[in-house]
Amino acid sequence: MSLAALQRDFRSWLTAEASDAAARFGKHTAPGLAVYLNNYRGQLMTCLAQSFGAVRAWLGDTAFDGAAATHIDRRPPHSWTLDAYPIEFPDTLDTLYPQDPEVAELARLERDLGLAFVARDAAQLTLPDIAHVDWSSAILELAPTFSLLPVTTNAGAIWAAIESEQTPPAAAILDVPAVLAIWRKDYSPTFRTLDPVEARAMFRLTDGRTFGEICAAIVHEVGEVDGPQVAGNLLGRWIAEGMIGSIKER
Amino acid sequence: MLERHQFGLGLRKPLYRDFLDGRTAVAVDFVEVISENFMVDGGRPLNVLRRVRERHPVALHGVSMSLGSADGLRDDYLERLRSLADMIEPLFISDHLSWSRFELFNSHDLLPLPYTWEALDVVCGNVHRTQDMLGRTILIENPSSYVSLPGEMAEWEFLEAICERTGCGLLLDVNNIYVSARNHGFDAQAYLSGIPAARVRQIHLAGHSQGRELLIDTHDRPVPDPVWSLYASALERVGPVATMIERDDDIPPLPELLAEIEVARAIARGNLRSAA
Repeated sequence: MSLAALQRDFRSWLTAEASDAAARFGKHTAPGLAVYLNNYRGQLMTCLAQSFGAVRAWLGDTAFDGAAATHIDRRPPHSWTLDAYPIEFPDTLDTLYPQDPEVAELARLERDLGLAFVARDAAQLTLPDIAHVDWSSAILELAPTFSLLPVTTNAGAIWAAIESEQTPPAAAILDVPAVLAIWRKDYSPTFRTLDPVEARAMFRLTDGRTFGEICAAIVHEVGEVDGPQVAGNLLGRWIAEGMIGSIKER
Repeated sequence: MLERHQFGLGLRKPLYRDFLDGRTAVAVDFVEVISENFMVDGGRPLNVLRRVRERHPVALHGVSMSLGSADGLRDDYLERLRSLADMIEPLFISDHLSWSRFELFNSHDLLPLPYTWEALDVVCGNVHRTQDMLGRTILIENPSSYVSLPGEMAEWEFLEAICERTGCGLLLDVNNIYVSARNHGFDAQAYLSGIPAARVRQIHLAGHSQGRELLIDTHDRPVPDPVWSLYASALERVGPVATMIERDDDIPPLPELLAEIEVARAIARGNLRSAA
């Protein structure tokens, strides 16, 4: 048997428990193949359990382990890093819990917090950085750790309660879909819910609009009296919270 | 070649505080980290590693290079490893005589190779490519294995051939020799006699568990007596070497691990006395 054929058979054994592939390894290999199968699945189960502690707490151990086993059956890992394996787990939860959207949203929140944890570092903006900026043409570049997550449920409140070891609220569909901003402060991932005006401003920002264009949109939404102050407050908050990585001018 | 024996510890998350917060550095000559845990874009892991590196030489030990992959290595993996090595200037870079990936499937486990001439060509090609990419030689670790695949040479002959063809060094895992010898019924002393001793730069010491039929390389308990005995035999063959306690699960308080390092030091001192 060639090395490539052997590795193909081993893959079939690990991902599908293919008995014909296992038989080609010989008569006395069954105990050893069982060890490799156990190691393979155990490693992936541990990876998912460690990456989705809040989902596990929300579903309970038995249901979580069942969902993880389904995911392992459906999606064999392909990256060299185990950090990549949790990325698609929320998609599996979408299919397993179509009537409970908070489950997959909770998983997406945990996944994105995990991605922020190891995202690229960026220098913090300082006052001298912004002293002479022409805000009308300035483009705010978000920190490399930053992402936006639209949600339809109270997954954020559920995560926060589980994280602080409080009793989580019952799952609920939000009256109006919301957007969570996720990023890293120093070395700790964090998130907060954006109000609708801020969320729309953030999406414009991710589209590469200038701060002048964002201000104009805010003024259009909230009026000329409050608009400039709302925009200024948002800018100050974004910089103070470390959401902005750098500022360029168009 | 090292000028003297060195003694180190596998640095794992529960030990970070000991290594970062103490007013004086922990009394080890080096630490070893799992390369992939730090092949990330940024954040706390790299910050921790930079701070540890200020106090200790660091060896990079990989688990995902997949030197035995029949379809070669992944460029993105090697580029990430090179970036990390450029940053850390490691004492050693090592990975296993095994494979993890084939085509788009990555098992995240150290899977066994058949010790055939074809596999030797594959592994040597991959080692050459790695060393060219990194601009340095690497160390290859003998694995624990649970299946013995039909081959054309013994594992130690396979390792010797890799060293001769590629110039790489060896990371000799004494626990892995013991586990594989028990699982496959070969003589661990014969293994030690067969390895190219002059190529051994580093030694791993660890514990294992008894499975239903096989010994399992679990790294979740202290180094057992038979492994210490085998370590003493190994030191009779190899020169000054970097010995490390490798504990990955049920990690005890640091003093317990340092006590194991003291046992290794004592064995090395005994060997030095008997050699004098």
